[in-house]
Amino acid sequence: MSALIQTTAAVVGAGHAGLAMSRRLTERSIDHVVLERGEVANSWRTQRWPTLRLLTPNWQTRLPGHDYAGDDPDGYMPVTDVVATITRYARLVGAPVRTATTVHTVRAVPEGFEIRANGDVLRTRAVVLATGACNLPAIPGIAGAVPPSITTLNPLTYRDPGQLPDGGVLVVGASATGVQLAGEIHRSGRPVTLAVGEHVRLPRTYRGRDIFWWLEATGLLAERYDEVDDLTRARHLPSPQLTGTPEAVTTDLNTLTAVGIRIVGRLGRITDGVAQFSGALANTCALADLKMNRFLNRADQWATASGLDDDLPPPHRFAPTYVDPRTPLELDLTSGEITTVLWATGFRPDHSWLDIPVRDRTGHIRHDGGVVTGAPGLYVLGMPLLRTRASTYIHGAGADSEALAGHLHSFLGSRHQ
Amino acid sequence: MTITDTPVNNGVNVQALLGAREALSAAPEAAEFTWRATCTWRNGTHSHSTLNGFTGLGAEQQHRTTFEYDVDHPECFASEDNGATPTEVVLVGLASCLTAGVAAVAQFREIQLRSVTATIEGQMNVLGILGADPDIRNGFETVTVRFDIDADASREDLEALVAQSQKRSAVFDIVTNPTKVLVELA
Repeated sequence: MSALIQTTAAVVGAGHAGLAMSRRLTERSIDHVVLERGEVANSWRTQRWPTLRLLTPNWQTRLPGHDYAGDDPDGYMPVTDVVATITRYARLVGAPVRTATTVHTVRAVPEGFEIRANGDVLRTRAVVLATGACNLPAIPGIAGAVPPSITTLNPLTYRDPGQLPDGGVLVVGASATGVQLAGEIHRSGRPVTLAVGEHVRLPRTYRGRDIFWWLEATGLLAERYDEVDDLTRARHLPSPQLTGTPEAVTTDLNTLTAVGIRIVGRLGRITDGVAQFSGALANTCALADLKMNRFLNRADQWATASGLDDDLPPPHRFAPTYVDPRTPLELDLTSGEITTVLWATGFRPDHSWLDIPVRDRTGHIRHDGGVVTGAPGLYVLGMPLLRTRASTYIHGAGADSEALAGHLHSFLGSRHQ
Repeated sequence: MTITDTPVNNGVNVQALLGAREALSAAPEAAEFTWRATCTWRNGTHSHSTLNGFTGLGAEQQHRTTFEYDVDHPECFASEDNGATPTEVVLVGLASCLTAGVAAVAQFREIQLRSVTATIEGQMNVLGILGADPDIRNGFETVTVRFDIDADASREDLEALVAQSQKRSAVFDIVTNPTKVLVELA
């Protein structure tokens, strides 16, 4: 049985971003629904491996009207706590969530938008896409050349090392996901090779403070999308090599090398079952070290200018990334040495149900700080560097949803006239 | 970053490069280039290559003049040494690409260069190309490039300059990453 439902606005996705937007719309008395294919925080419930923790410290995991109130502000939330937090938040804001409601199409109609979800048809004047940036694994085309004898996994199918066959594991990608899973799989006793392309190196803590404290305090996270030098590049920056652990340890290539993980260059090609790695590893690492030090210089300058040098431990620098001069350029995937390839090569959003021509030639939705270009009333939220560098992280949804709800409100008003 | 008062001038038109980046991002088909050369066998290991035309910006393009290269092998390989070896030509390509990158990045970062010299070495065991040891590859085992740079900049800035020139270099990418190569009979 299908129904025709009229609302002023619809939010697609009941994760932290969609719920923050729901609160903003409620504050403005804008009638809306939140459509969720599963349950609240669905991706966190069903698509994340159990040992994942947020990269950001608990004190920073704040949403509009909801600050962290637990007893471990400096800890990093395990995925179960993220689910609990977002679920609690949905209740707190009284979000009108329709769970188990899968959106099949969103298309433009003369009076706004028509959404087909399950058997129902919704007519709305505004739509907010809040389904997240990490719906699908971004796996390079060379994956097709992996020999069929090899088990292949990605972060959405990986659960724990127990699902892997015995033998060596090639982890492709050394951003947050890759370094965490390389370490975890190594601790299961399997030899791990980590293929490293362009990456962002950051220490977990610096001068006694979490690196996210520094990123926030120095104003870096507040840098706006229309201020950064190269927005396309900044939006595609890999996640920093950080892990959330109870001990707040730094996980970088040096610590991984020290425990016996083999670091190799970016995976370039697989020919006749032989994986070939880039010989540019040394420069890739040198660039990451330079960029880390550039930020630490900025942090130190900020601390001095802020008069905090007496309250903080003195500045210091971390050892440059060690690159073994004997790093192999090839690895024969048919030799039996490697039994699993794990693609930790990033994620991409899934907006395949969006039937409105708003994408650029690379398939990305064109938008100006979340206001989708060429489709008045359509918004996107919860994407990397949507409006500021903080947009990439949970707490960024606060300011982003405020700005976009304000825009949406004005849009509705202008249409009334 | 410069300590001089005169504008930084490394002879690189940064505005033109930034303009090209913007224009080609808007018209990506014009960004597709095809580079080509023609190589004619002379005698022994001696060959003569010419290059003039290339395709890019959506049209056929011409160099200002036809460039010619004689390539050969040295007398210790029982050749006549009519020109550099092909492997040395590769070294020239890599060093000149990185050097051009240093100049361009320095201009963009407002670093005045006074001199830049790249010394490049490629280590190779020729038992590979002689087919005498299957465990030795034909190509370079390692390539090392050493930049001597005299400029108004800190050592840290120069390290960043050299790192960035590698990141944006076509030939550095060609040498360090696998490339699909198709060779066929006409």
